[in-house]
Amino acid sequence: MSSKRYLNLSRRQVIRGMLATTAFGLTAKLGTGCSPASNGAAAGGGADGLTIGFIYVGPKDDFGWNQAHAEGAAAMSGAFSSVKLIEEASVPETTAVVESMRGMIDIDGANVLFPTSFGYYDPHVLSLAEEYPDVQFFHAGGLYQEGVHPNNVGSYNGYIDEAQYVSGIVAAMTANAGRLGFVAAKPIPSVLRNINSFMLGARSVRPEATTQVVFTGDWAEPIKEAEAVNSMADQGIEVVTCHVDSPKIVMETAERRGIMCTGYHADQLSLAPNGYLTGAEWDWSSFYTKLVTDISEGKSLMDGSIPHMLRGGLREQFCKMSAYGAAVSDEAKAAADAAIAQFMDGSMVIYDGEIKDNNGGVAVAPSESLKQQDVKLEQMNYLVEGVIGSIGS
Amino acid sequence: MSASWRRKLESLFIPFGALVASLVLFGVFCGLSGANPLAVYGAIWRAGFGQWSTFQNTLIRAAPLMLSGLCTALPARLGLVIIGNEGALVIGGLAAVATGLTLGTSVPPLMVQVGMAIAGMIAGGIWIGAAGWLRHYRAVNETISSLLLNYIAIALLNHLVGGPMKDPSSLNKPSTFPLADVNMLSSIPGTRVHWGLLYGVIACVIAYFLIQRTTFGFSARVAGGNIRAARVAGLPVGKLTVIVCFLAGSCAGLAGMVEVAAVQGVANESLNVGYGYGGIMVAFAAHHNPLAAILISLLVGGILASGGTLQRSFALPDATVLVFEGLVFLVVLFSDSLYGKLPFFKEKPTITSSPSPPPSPGQEPVVTG
Amino acid sequence: MATEALGWWGVPLAIAAGTMRGGTPFLFVSLGECLTEKSGKINLGLEGTLLMGAMSAYGVSYLTGSPWFGVLAAGLSGAVLGAIHGWLSQQPRVNDVAVGIAMIIFGSGLAFFLGKPFIQPSATQLPTINLASSGMAPAVQAALQISPLFLLGLAIAPLMQWFFRSTRWGLFIRAVGDSPEAARAMGVSIFKVRMLSIMAGSFLAGIGGAALSLYYPGVWTERISSGQGLMAVALVIFARWNPMACLWASLLFGGAQSLGPALQSVGIREGYYLFNAAPYILTLFIMVVTCSPRRSLVGAPGALGTDSQGRA
Repeated sequence: MSSKRYLNLSRRQVIRGMLATTAFGLTAKLGTGCSPASNGAAAGGGADGLTIGFIYVGPKDDFGWNQAHAEGAAAMSGAFSSVKLIEEASVPETTAVVESMRGMIDIDGANVLFPTSFGYYDPHVLSLAEEYPDVQFFHAGGLYQEGVHPNNVGSYNGYIDEAQYVSGIVAAMTANAGRLGFVAAKPIPSVLRNINSFMLGARSVRPEATTQVVFTGDWAEPIKEAEAVNSMADQGIEVVTCHVDSPKIVMETAERRGIMCTGYHADQLSLAPNGYLTGAEWDWSSFYTKLVTDISEGKSLMDGSIPHMLRGGLREQFCKMSAYGAAVSDEAKAAADAAIAQFMDGSMVIYDGEIKDNNGGVAVAPSESLKQQDVKLEQMNYLVEGVIGSIGS
Repeated sequence: MSASWRRKLESLFIPFGALVASLVLFGVFCGLSGANPLAVYGAIWRAGFGQWSTFQNTLIRAAPLMLSGLCTALPARLGLVIIGNEGALVIGGLAAVATGLTLGTSVPPLMVQVGMAIAGMIAGGIWIGAAGWLRHYRAVNETISSLLLNYIAIALLNHLVGGPMKDPSSLNKPSTFPLADVNMLSSIPGTRVHWGLLYGVIACVIAYFLIQRTTFGFSARVAGGNIRAARVAGLPVGKLTVIVCFLAGSCAGLAGMVEVAAVQGVANESLNVGYGYGGIMVAFAAHHNPLAAILISLLVGGILASGGTLQRSFALPDATVLVFEGLVFLVVLFSDSLYGKLPFFKEKPTITSSPSPPPSPGQEPVVTG
Repeated sequence: MATEALGWWGVPLAIAAGTMRGGTPFLFVSLGECLTEKSGKINLGLEGTLLMGAMSAYGVSYLTGSPWFGVLAAGLSGAVLGAIHGWLSQQPRVNDVAVGIAMIIFGSGLAFFLGKPFIQPSATQLPTINLASSGMAPAVQAALQISPLFLLGLAIAPLMQWFFRSTRWGLFIRAVGDSPEAARAMGVSIFKVRMLSIMAGSFLAGIGGAALSLYYPGVWTERISSGQGLMAVALVIFARWNPMACLWASLLFGGAQSLGPALQSVGIREGYYLFNAAPYILTLFIMVVTCSPRRSLVGAPGALGTDSQGRA
């Protein structure tokens, strides 16, 4: 069968040969290094008893959310020779994830689990956490409720909208007419927050800037994403960004249409060498490495030495900016660096009233100054003034 | 050696032979991608069947497949190929949630659960019943119409949970309001398997008796065998078609109800995770025999349960389990053609039939003349 | 200002451009399915074939640097999957719908498995033919970048029409699809004709996959196909097994995909989930309206959906 031939080329030769990022190189190494040594049903794990399980909702190499976590996990496990990393990808948010976690605990002896998809939490993680009080569950999503949820569950959440705010500044100062575009999956709070922060960043330096938003309806809709970028380019939009699972299509289509873009999830400069301005990237390697350092020192959620809510943005290294592209002027760099400096010293508040929504109503009252941890921001259901679009389904 | 003895042996040998053959092929595939096939076999066994604790994993995954499989298996007796399982499951789940939320805690939980089950079954039944109705009265190809109905059901689900039925507090994963905890289906005592498994087994047993042991089932089989003969015999073919399709859809609808009432507690996009297509394959691999569907569901459940181990212990990619599943189904389908062809089992000139006697579905043309 | 805003005029333009871009995979898959069904078998497995085609095209284009090799590889990998389907679905007691669904699972599994290393890199894309002159607005210029694959599809549709109507082989295929008995009487090998039709159809579907990964949207991801392979089956019925009608139907379905984002970008944005389901609702509606128990669909191959075995 002709198609089976490049099976042998697969993963081994091609990935290694071409992937530049060290983190991903580690994944591949791990992939070959971790042979069937771990079949025993006995719980045990790594040398110092730490076996860490990661679960992803889609494939590990989707150029987006899952890959960002997988790279973080690989970097973390590279930093600890004694930690055993086990991973499972494409696990749906059904009983399948409960069974995957159970298998990791019972068969592989996992004592720390990272279910990385939002929808894993309720009811799946919660039910299993009660059954296994000695296993620590860290869920990506920020849904933990003190006193309601089991003590061995923690949430972590990155405020990547801070990076989107900075992207907005760069985009608005680079676009001639200040017309920006945002390809979004669904009108849910985490997406709306990125759109709004992008817009607020843009308006902070250019009050007349606008952001056209197009919702595709799902996390991966390749053709609709490409259509969205094309129609935005037709409409004269100059810079696009996105919040979808795999930004590759948005970046490449923008580059082909000769418009500019800012990235999301990971560094996408190589996809759009001419038009890539900067981008909002996750920085899970730092986070996972720090967290696992704590765990291996004996800290835990149960005794309270690890907080149940771990959150942060640029300052706490949950996210970072891509390097500036060639088209970014010194002036724009200066403005963006100034904003980054404010995030770093903690003086920046993105949602500082008064902020109007795009229907003329008041989204954030003049007296309010919503810090990143504010729960109100997690229930965001509006688009700020300047965004062209609506959240009706 | 009597012919019937040989036939029995054949009907045992061929499915098991198919299973072994697909395992060998999969072993070759694993070998080519750098994993030790023998270790893989061991791991699959341990992950799916080896211990009671892991076997429960298989049972949990098998439960929705049994009900979903009946959605294809029942109409197949009439010669219809229905592939709208996913849509009926989604619609059933939506209807169950709507009912559960409407009843709330105003009536005892048992009544709410019964109400949800009935709502799910009626909704799923209407969904597939419509395909059956269109088939008989408008001559619309049921395979295509049920396929289209899948897409429509999924769009409806996304629309409703993203808008009209959305719980505003379901922030980043749009869902309906949650069912009250007391109204949720519990697990079978002593296990972590929810009651949906029992529903599936019961439905399969009922379906078996309905088809094999009742006049209704006999009529359906006659109509499936030869539609003109059935008409001549005065059988109400149209009514039969709609009723059988309704029953089929109600099984998938019940699977949807179980998924929301025993697992998710809400309706959201997690209803649409491929139980439908799995069910179609279960039905075909079981020759549309409801009892065989129980066994095949367990087998597929075991395959799915082993997917995690393949990734964790062998660093095989997530798609491996798809390849495995596809190989098993292809080989099992092929094995059906071997009945009566293997020299050892061939003694008398009479052609042996497949273990269950149904005509293969799709026996009649797309359009009746 | 470098770019000229088109406003409302952008909608028809986006649809016209989107029709060509988004319609190309539909066109190839539906022509492939049309050829397959004309011979009397259904191939639901084209969804898997499409994914396999998209993956092989992208992978081969990346490894060799030549997108045309990629297109060829896509077609060949499609034909290999088609050979499995064609052989298996013609065994006694084996149902073609069931084989199709097993082939979706197998084909997509294989494509995902082998495609892992190709998700990250950028493969050489197919060149486009520029029909625009430099004086036009950029949006119009972009819309006039025509893919050679689209033109190829455009040429295949009437060619296939002619092939069915006027050639000996076309007659064989129609005979096998309409009445296998008659074909057998003519001395035609039903098995061979169906096998070749399914393989050729899958070859075309594989090229449809290449259109996805090497033309538009031009990437390889596991979610690249949004059900085009399965939809093609409905599309062929929508088109009444007529290759030219497949062309129009593909353009219609392709255009429908671009309508949603285009309307949103000028300000209309309610109910997009239901809107996205419009092609399916429309197909069902048309089937309900045009089918009737009293007459068969014009163009429907008589043996389609029957288990007539043709091992003659």
